[in-house]
Amino acid sequence: MTSSRTGDPETSIQQPGPAVIETRGLTKVFTLRTRAGALRRHRRDVEAVNDIDLVVRAGEMVGYIGPNGAGKSTTIKMLTGVLAPSNGSVRVLGLEPVRQRIALARRIGVVFGQRSQLWWDLPLADSFALLRTVYRIDAATHRRNLDAFIDRLDLGPLLDTPVRQLSLGQRMRGELAAALLHDPELVFLDEPTVGLDVVSKHEVRRFLGELNREQGTTVLLTTHDLSDIEHLCRRMVIIDNGTVAYDGPLDDFRSRYGTHRTIVVDLQEEGPPLDVAGTDVVDVVGARQWLRFDRRLTSASQVVTAIVAQRAIRDLAIEEPDIEDMVRRLYDGTAHAETGPQAP
Amino acid sequence: MADRAAPHLGPRAGRQALTTTVEAYLLLASARVRSDWQYRTSFAVFLFASLVINVFDFVGIAVLFTKTETLGDWSLDQVAFLYGAAGLCFGIGDLLVGSVENLSTKIKDGSFDVLLTRPVNALVNLTASEFTLRRLGKIGQAAAIFAIALAVNDIDWTPGRGVAVIVMLGAGSVIASATWVITASIAFWLINTREIGNAFTYGGGLAISYPVHVFEQWLRVLLTFIFPLVFVSYLPALYILGIDSPLALPDFLRWSSPVVAGAMVLVATRVWRRGLRRYRSTGS
Repeated sequence: MTSSRTGDPETSIQQPGPAVIETRGLTKVFTLRTRAGALRRHRRDVEAVNDIDLVVRAGEMVGYIGPNGAGKSTTIKMLTGVLAPSNGSVRVLGLEPVRQRIALARRIGVVFGQRSQLWWDLPLADSFALLRTVYRIDAATHRRNLDAFIDRLDLGPLLDTPVRQLSLGQRMRGELAAALLHDPELVFLDEPTVGLDVVSKHEVRRFLGELNREQGTTVLLTTHDLSDIEHLCRRMVIIDNGTVAYDGPLDDFRSRYGTHRTIVVDLQEEGPPLDVAGTDVVDVVGARQWLRFDRRLTSASQVVTAIVAQRAIRDLAIEEPDIEDMVRRLYDGTAHAETGPQAP
Repeated sequence: MADRAAPHLGPRAGRQALTTTVEAYLLLASARVRSDWQYRTSFAVFLFASLVINVFDFVGIAVLFTKTETLGDWSLDQVAFLYGAAGLCFGIGDLLVGSVENLSTKIKDGSFDVLLTRPVNALVNLTASEFTLRRLGKIGQAAAIFAIALAVNDIDWTPGRGVAVIVMLGAGSVIASATWVITASIAFWLINTREIGNAFTYGGGLAISYPVHVFEQWLRVLLTFIFPLVFVSYLPALYILGIDSPLALPDFLRWSSPVVAGAMVLVATRVWRRGLRRYRSTGS
């Protein structure tokens, strides 16, 4: 596969590289039919994806997140040519995904965490051999990539094992290698770490990080596990109800929505919730209380001083907001900012 | 078939596309056969069971002939010819593209979407990935009965009749395959359509194992004009066995199977493409 990376040649200082994904007003409407009586059916249009503008440039690694049913998979299906948009335009690697599905399929890699792309009953090595013909990979490239993946993903001991006998973590390593054998310029990963144990997750992340840094492969990754994003993606796109709720750097997101910290305090004795100005007691379990405060309005030391003035304490800890809390706050609309800074 | 990657490709590229399509089919089908080979015992048991079932299938017809000398003026030997030819054509169609009937299931469980992320024609991918030699049971039985029928029938062999036998089996298999694709494509519009498809494929294969002039008119019309399965076995058999049909059909129809096969392929391609387009625009 020659990697003639087509696309918009325009570059900017902040985000160099041509656009590999470019959508304008991307919309997908599904018609749901629900029963309403013996014969009558109600038809209802649901916008699974609603007016999404998304530009991903070569070499980026983007976390695409959102709750179940937010429209993540539908977006990926439109970007890979599986589904046609109801409205709006989409270009991936300069191609029209639905009309040029096969040409596009040769240049992208797709991994579905919940669904295997490997040949279930055959040894792992057979899947790699089959994919060589399916993707028409030349022998030298295939050999070189396979050797590299066997080394990096530690696949050597697994090659002769039928895929159905692999553990989930082992299988996911196989899936990654399988999706990348043909040197795709762009990789879609749908929940690549779902169900994996900590060690496997770490290995998958390390591999993806290296792939992006060393090969410059563009990666769009959906996940439920936000620590994937923390480890891998500088940019994240949050989608909710089919629309983009946030698109920007992870750091900006953190300073915008990660404004609240929590002090966990163990009191000497159980008692009523503490009353400290500028804090909310979010939970009480026995003698332990959780107090949340906005770090822009008050500081940890002020809060601690106020607590000590009221009660005798045994221990305390300060919890930084994790990204999941921040996303929850975004969905709840508790933060005032509706959208984050758009990528320039 | 469903995806035109580059519409400007010339005839040479077209031939190349055909080779790669056949290559992809063979590759995926052989991977599937190797997978099945992991469960050899189950495979052997199934094949045996399928042979037994198929043998009894024909016994049913033979029993009919213990009560009557002829069926619509056809002898048991002649009906065996029809039965063998229809069985072979539908057996070959079933072997090659019969697994397209899994479309409905694959759409429901979402695996059809995964299949569309591969750089392979979706129909080729679907039919080849589920290819199974288990279907050889039907072909084996039909081939045996057809061979016996060729021997016992008093056929006035001419070069024309020899060619007609080959053409009948080739065109018949194509018509049967197209029937499979057309009926399975209904799944793009309606869910749970497997039974509808089976009514036409297995039901059709069964119906044309009998001389169609014994059926009611509506069924004859259906098998001639809607799903023209009479071109699989009945009409060519009239020529090969040298029989006149009470239906008084024009003679040229006996030679029309290849034309009908071509038309059926066109229709099947159209229906599949249209279905795929609809699926992709309405989604799962």
